[in-house]
Amino acid sequence: MPEWLVYNLVIAMTTFLVRALPFLLIRGPIRSPRLRAFLEMVPYATLAAMAFPDMVLSTGNTLSGLAGFLSAVLVGWLGGGLIRVAGAACLAVLVFELIL
Amino acid sequence: MRRELYQGMRAGLPVALGYLAVSFTLGLEATRAGLTAAQAALASLLTNTSAGQFAGFTAIAAGASLAETAFAQVVINLRYVLMSAGLTQKVAREASLPERLLIAFDVTDELFALGISREGRLQPAFYYGMMLVSIPCWVLGTFLGAALGALLPEVLLKAAGVALYAMFIAVIVPPARKSRKILLVCLAAMAMSWLLSALTELSAGLRVAIVALVLSGAAAWLPAGREDAHA
Repeated sequence: MPEWLVYNLVIAMTTFLVRALPFLLIRGPIRSPRLRAFLEMVPYATLAAMAFPDMVLSTGNTLSGLAGFLSAVLVGWLGGGLIRVAGAACLAVLVFELIL
Repeated sequence: MRRELYQGMRAGLPVALGYLAVSFTLGLEATRAGLTAAQAALASLLTNTSAGQFAGFTAIAAGASLAETAFAQVVINLRYVLMSAGLTQKVAREASLPERLLIAFDVTDELFALGISREGRLQPAFYYGMMLVSIPCWVLGTFLGAALGALLPEVLLKAAGVALYAMFIAVIVPPARKSRKILLVCLAAMAMSWLLSALTELSAGLRVAIVALVLSGAAAWLPAGREDAHA
């Protein structure tokens, strides 16, 4: 088997195992209130940590990144859905990158 | 079932478009590791994960050992353990193990964000719908990125790349506005993530896993965090 394929199969297997493990171990509802409270907060903590500061730094220009981040937060706060939030962020980055 | 599938496809469409842009840069990286466009596309079909694949291609380019490559994957992807654990509680009770494992195959940051924020229980068909539109875009984008190289203007890629992060914001902001506890967790997570990225050399995946463990733990175990717990 060619080397690139072996490496990519290993990458695919390890990634799948990491993702599948909780589904294999946790079949039913979790009863512990603490564990439930923990899992309830996981999405918010992970998504917040993934968005910041990475979104600000992702464009390679802190100013345009910050503009994108702040527009997303603002539009989300005002009740815009997924598409509006994403659109606002893209637009803000485009405007900042093209003008500045 | 059909309606769920259709709704999933619709919900997944913006993610799919974002994937097209992100995987384009991934394809570029793959060519640096010596992969052809078809090989890169196959790699993206087998694994749908930006950070992990970037690290994988870098490892191949650097001639890292298989064990090193596998270990790096586990570390970078640790956050998926938390996401999958969250999804086990969200997915419809009657979902079978094969259905759950099919979902597990595509627990990406973005599909997790959409799946976990879906109202009520998550039906496997809804998740499949999202996979159905996002995986082809991920594969196609990787292929085009590897084949066409840097033909697209960089500024467009940058602007489109921001869209995926914006989705995370779109998912967390409305609940954070309603719940003080969620707002605090989000602000603390951003602050901690920023500190860790500025002060340490942690990979983004591991940093996110640490932040999530510490802050969700604090929210669940500290007395203040339990006050408005309604679980």
